[in-house]
Amino acid sequence: MINWLPRYLFNFVAFVLIQVLLLNNLQLSTFMNPYIYVLFIITLPFSTPRWLLLILGFITGLTLDIFMNTLGIHASATVFMAFLRPFVLSSFSPRDGYEPGTLPVPADYGFGWFFKYAAILVTTHHLFLFFVEAFSMADFFSILWKSILSALASLIFIFIAMLFARNKSGTL
Amino acid sequence: MRNFFRFIIRYHFLLLFLLLEIISFSFIFNYNQYHRNFYLSSSNKISGFFYEQFSSVVEYFRLRKTNEELLRENSELRNQLEKTDFLSTTATRFYIDSIGSQRYRYTPAKVINNSVNKHFNYLTLNKGADDGILPDMGVISSRGLVGVVLNTSDSYSTVISLLNTRLQISARLRDTGFFGSLGWEGLNYRYATLSGIPAHASPSVGDAVVTSGYSSIFPENILIGTIDEISINQGEGFYDIRVLLSVDFKQLQYVHVVKKTGAEEQRELEKLNEDD
Repeated sequence: MINWLPRYLFNFVAFVLIQVLLLNNLQLSTFMNPYIYVLFIITLPFSTPRWLLLILGFITGLTLDIFMNTLGIHASATVFMAFLRPFVLSSFSPRDGYEPGTLPVPADYGFGWFFKYAAILVTTHHLFLFFVEAFSMADFFSILWKSILSALASLIFIFIAMLFARNKSGTL
Repeated sequence: MRNFFRFIIRYHFLLLFLLLEIISFSFIFNYNQYHRNFYLSSSNKISGFFYEQFSSVVEYFRLRKTNEELLRENSELRNQLEKTDFLSTTATRFYIDSIGSQRYRYTPAKVINNSVNKHFNYLTLNKGADDGILPDMGVISSRGLVGVVLNTSDSYSTVISLLNTRLQISARLRDTGFFGSLGWEGLNYRYATLSGIPAHASPSVGDAVVTSGYSSIFPENILIGTIDEISINQGEGFYDIRVLLSVDFKQLQYVHVVKKTGAEEQRELEKLNEDD
């Protein structure tokens, strides 16, 4: 476990900076706000204790909130996503479970598997995020549309990021 | 007691999840308590540092645009100067003391972080309390109104952008003088909505919308935008007016922070009426 520490510390800093410096400056459209920092939670090892997932989700979300002045909004969405991760992983697990020493990354389980897994988590994260942000169901469909478009954009960026992650560990 | 601990251990995942969500939502609901806390906003040292480093790289790509903007502002100021010179030859001018004569002081600042496509957009500036910037000061650019300072640290400050659904500005139609409240709807970064203009005001498309000068934040007559579309709000007797903002927030690079000398005095005085 201790071997993972520097690698994931690097991942954390890299994903947060890519998010706040590059992606937040893209300004594609009001309907397209990609958030790829969630990749940090998505690529954590299978053996990560579940309580640690939640704590890390909270810290990641809060860091983004501080950079973006949205106190609590990203934290709540990322904690929700971290909560769902074990359930999504177990429902997509291969017949004899995940092999020890592997990671939830395309290099280990293929792009098809990874995208099913990432798409569900990213979409729920974005839905949660945008509905909490708007805080009313008044323009339900525009927020739904925004979540779906943003999730699509995020997945495209996640795909590009994973192409750069050549080594098996899933680090950038 | 043992059962209690067993319960905690058994459901620790769910309980921790609920606890963290409660903390997050209490942050969201108590927004007004926490948003002045600069450790929890982008004016803190760490995020300010990253934003500044990054913007110093990006600014090279925009030098041409910045030059053009400066040139335009210079000629505008030169025009104003001519007008004042002309006045001074015909009218008698008398000087009060030097403090009283300047009601507003402007501090230039660079925008080191900005967004237009979020629900709550904020800017980060590279000047802070060390440069005399305080919360509740106005921020304008050469083209018009930008936002209000929210937080300051020693060397950075965060600004609530006009493109933030939490900001409402007191605005006035320049030609007729009717005033209302202007806010952003959260979708298109070029348009804001002006509400509260009474039905007998008869505004027309293209009219300028400016700051009212009633608040202690902005000087009077700072341009906000021009009327783009007018619709009457049935049953309320007020217009809903779509305003094309004069500032292109996507291109924003340099701004001026406005300090109204005597702003505290005005606020103190107005506070006396609050209990009525």
